[in-house]
Order: sequence, then structure tokens, then C-alpha cells
Amino acid sequence: MWHDAVLVAGKDLRIEARARVALWQVVPFAVLVLVLLAFAIGPDQSSLRHAAPGIFWVALLFSTVLAIQRSVAVESGEGTRDGLRLSGIDPAGIFLGKAAAVGLQLLVLQLVLWAGITFLFDVRVHVVWLALTASLLATVGLACAGVLYGALSAGLRVRDTLLPLLVLPVLAPVLLAGSKAWEAALDGNAASGTQWLKILVPFAVIYLVVGVVLYGPLQEAA
Amino acid sequence: MSAPTMTRRPRWLTVVGLLGVVAMGFTVWLGLWVTPPDQFQGNLARLLYIHPAIATVALYWVGLVAAGGSLLYLWPRTRSFFWDRLAAAAVEVGAVFAALTLVTGALWGRPVWGVWWTWDARLTSTALLLLLEIGYLALRRVPAEPAIRARRCAVAALLIAIDIPIVHFSVDWWNTLHQGGTFIDPGFQIHASPSMSWTFLLGFVAFSLIFVWLLGVRYQVEVLQDAVGDQELEVSLTERWSEDTELVGAGTNAPTPGPGGGAP
Repeated sequence: MWHDAVLVAGKDLRIEARARVALWQVVPFAVLVLVLLAFAIGPDQSSLRHAAPGIFWVALLFSTVLAIQRSVAVESGEGTRDGLRLSGIDPAGIFLGKAAAVGLQLLVLQLVLWAGITFLFDVRVHVVWLALTASLLATVGLACAGVLYGALSAGLRVRDTLLPLLVLPVLAPVLLAGSKAWEAALDGNAASGTQWLKILVPFAVIYLVVGVVLYGPLQEAA
Repeated sequence: MSAPTMTRRPRWLTVVGLLGVVAMGFTVWLGLWVTPPDQFQGNLARLLYIHPAIATVALYWVGLVAAGGSLLYLWPRTRSFFWDRLAAAAVEVGAVFAALTLVTGALWGRPVWGVWWTWDARLTSTALLLLLEIGYLALRRVPAEPAIRARRCAVAALLIAIDIPIVHFSVDWWNTLHQGGTFIDPGFQIHASPSMSWTFLLGFVAFSLIFVWLLGVRYQVEVLQDAVGDQELEVSLTERWSEDTELVGAGTNAPTPGPGGGAP
């Protein structure tokens, strides 16, 4: 399973490295959301600073949808999914590999967004370990839940409109807990932030386990 | 299996529906005329005879049937379209009840809290539940083979089911951190007076019966829809057949598609 996961993740990342869709479309989109939300809030520095964690996570969530759509689109070529299915690779391995590839892209994206809010909103992360832990946990949850829903909507003609409707409400707890944890990290208030990790941990674990179990049946349904 | 035999409405369902209507009538009568107005909220408290009952159906009964049905469909030994249709019916009825929960809550919240909507934990999680259910129904509308659609929807329902507790806890915390709990527990109304508590209980019975009835009716609509889908396919196939035989001629009856553009 792990070996298969590495193979699938390597394949997805190689495709990404060659096509550069994530680099030239997803990352600029995330920055665009950052700027647009700042426009909506207005130039007042203190309210921008106050909204920075929320803006960060909303931008991340929207970009996650794009990353998932991309991850599904990679498999949507003629017979690609059948090829993957027939290759004898463990479905759990495919799930883990695709989630790892998406997760890695999301981590890079968060680095960009971090730089973005530091630069644009003039905020500083005071409790770095808290921000990093929250981001890592959230990334696992976002990638696993996202890939699952991606598989659910794969092969549908209405996939592009259906996926955000399905996946965004599911990811709402991550948005909530992530932005609260980051708010605490920005304020230097570690104690109130760790509480929110208690939402991110079960979210990540549950979707990881459920994905490993359900990806097989889902793939047959696609 | 011919469609009509499957779709005849069972007698028990009609009985449940009638009982539900009667119980509902009594709830309305007791709630609006017999029970006294509340000491603190006056006539506004009358909404509490229906609101908690609707919410109970929307959250627990629907969750039980939808998650249970989906699980039983995915389990190979109990796999049957019965469970798939039952779960789908439950989600659709659940969306209606979740919307009703929000509407009745807002109607009560406006005079009591002074706002239609507040970012209370229960309100927020119920609204998210409604959105998740709408997502499921959208997925359900996507045309696909019945077995594929059933499996896809079962997985979606289970994913939603595990998300709900997480959503609930997260918004609970979010709320307690930001604005003190504004939710007023309706439970304290129960012991106010015997007529009030009986009306309150009767409301639960009435809405539960209505839920079972709607679930049954919706299930049958699902069966009919599938039957219509099958028949449409048959009809269009027969049409193609006759077209082809006309084109090819009376000598052959094989449905080989003729070369394109031959039709006048």
C-alpha cells in the first residue's frame, strides 16, 4: 500500500512539475483571493490584521477546491482511470498517493499565503509551532477529504460545479478551527489555539481512515 | 417485477399518515387554544410546541435512516436498492425538515432574541447540515446507472454523517469562545403546566408520524421514478428498432444501425 502510494504521488507530482498548472493557476488564484478579500474589507490596517487568519484560510479552502479539481482532471483522460484501476495498484495506495500529492501542493501554497499575509497585512506569527501544527493537520484533513470528494465527483459531466457544493461545507470545520488556531498564533496566545487542534486532529484522522476504507468502493462507482 | 405491484401504497402507510394528520390537528388545537400563554414569552412560547419536534426529526430520525440505509446498502450482504431509496428519501425529507427548523427558529428568534439569525452553534450547524443535504440531493440528480448512483450516494451520505458531529463540536467551541451561549434550552418549558407538556410531547409524536409517512411516500416516488426511467429506455429502444427495420427493410429484423444520413 505504501509503495503504491509513493508511486501514485510521484506520478501526480511529476505531472504537476511538467504541466505547472498548480504553479501558474492555483497559486496566483490563492493570492488573488487574498487581494480581493482585502479589497472587500477595506484598507484599514487594524481590521485587515484582525481578518488576516480568516482570509488566509478562505483563500486556502478555495484553492483546495482547484487543486482537487486538478487532481481529478489528471485522471480524466480517456481510459486513464481504468488504466489506474487495472494496474493492480491497491485503491488505498491510490488514495494515499493522491492525497499526499495534493497535500504537498497545499503546503507549498500555505507558504505562499503566509508570505502573502505577512507582506500585505503586516501580521507576524508569534507562535510558530502552533501555526505549523495547525497547518500540517489541516493539510492532511483537506487533502484526504478533498481527494475523497474528488473521487465521488470523478467522471461526472457536472463535476466542476458539483464538487465545490459538496466539498466546501464538509471542509467548514477546518476553516473554523484553522483560522482560530492561526488567530491565536498571530496573537501569541498558544493556550487558546491548542484547543482548536482538537478539531483538526479527529478531522484528519477520520478522513484518512475513511478514505483508505471507502476509496475502493468509490472507484468502482466512478 | 412490474411497476404497479411495487407502487401500490401499503395500508399501514395510509394509517400512519392519517394518524399524523390527526395528531397534528390536536397539536395545533392544544397549542393555539387550550394551553395558556407562557409566563415570560407570552404567545411566542407556542412555537416551542413544534420547533424542537421538527428539529428532532431533522437531526436524529433523518440521520438514523440516512446513515443506516447507506451503510446497509454498502454492506454486500444487505445490499438492496430498498436501502438506497430509503436513504435518499430520508435525506430529501431531512432537507425539508432542516429548512423548517431554521424557519421556525428564525420566526421565534426575531421577537425573542431581536434578530432573525445569530451565529449560534446550533443554528450554524443546522444551516451547514442543510447545505450538506442539498449537496447530496444535487449528487443524486446526476444521471448515472442505478447501481453506480446508489453506491456514490451511499458514500456521500456516510461522509456527511461523519462530518456532522465534527461540525457540531467545532461551532460549539467557536461559539463559546466568541459570544456567550444565547441558546435558550426549550426543555425548561416542559414542566410549566400539564397541558403544555402534553402538547409538547404530542408535537413530537405528530412530527415523527408525519416523517414516517413522508418517508414512505417519498420512497414510492423514488420507485416510480426508477420505473419511469426503465420504461423510457425500453420505449426509446423500441422506437430505434422500428426505425431501423423500416430503413433496412422487411427482410431483416436485426437492429443494425444503417449508414448515417439515409433517412429522408
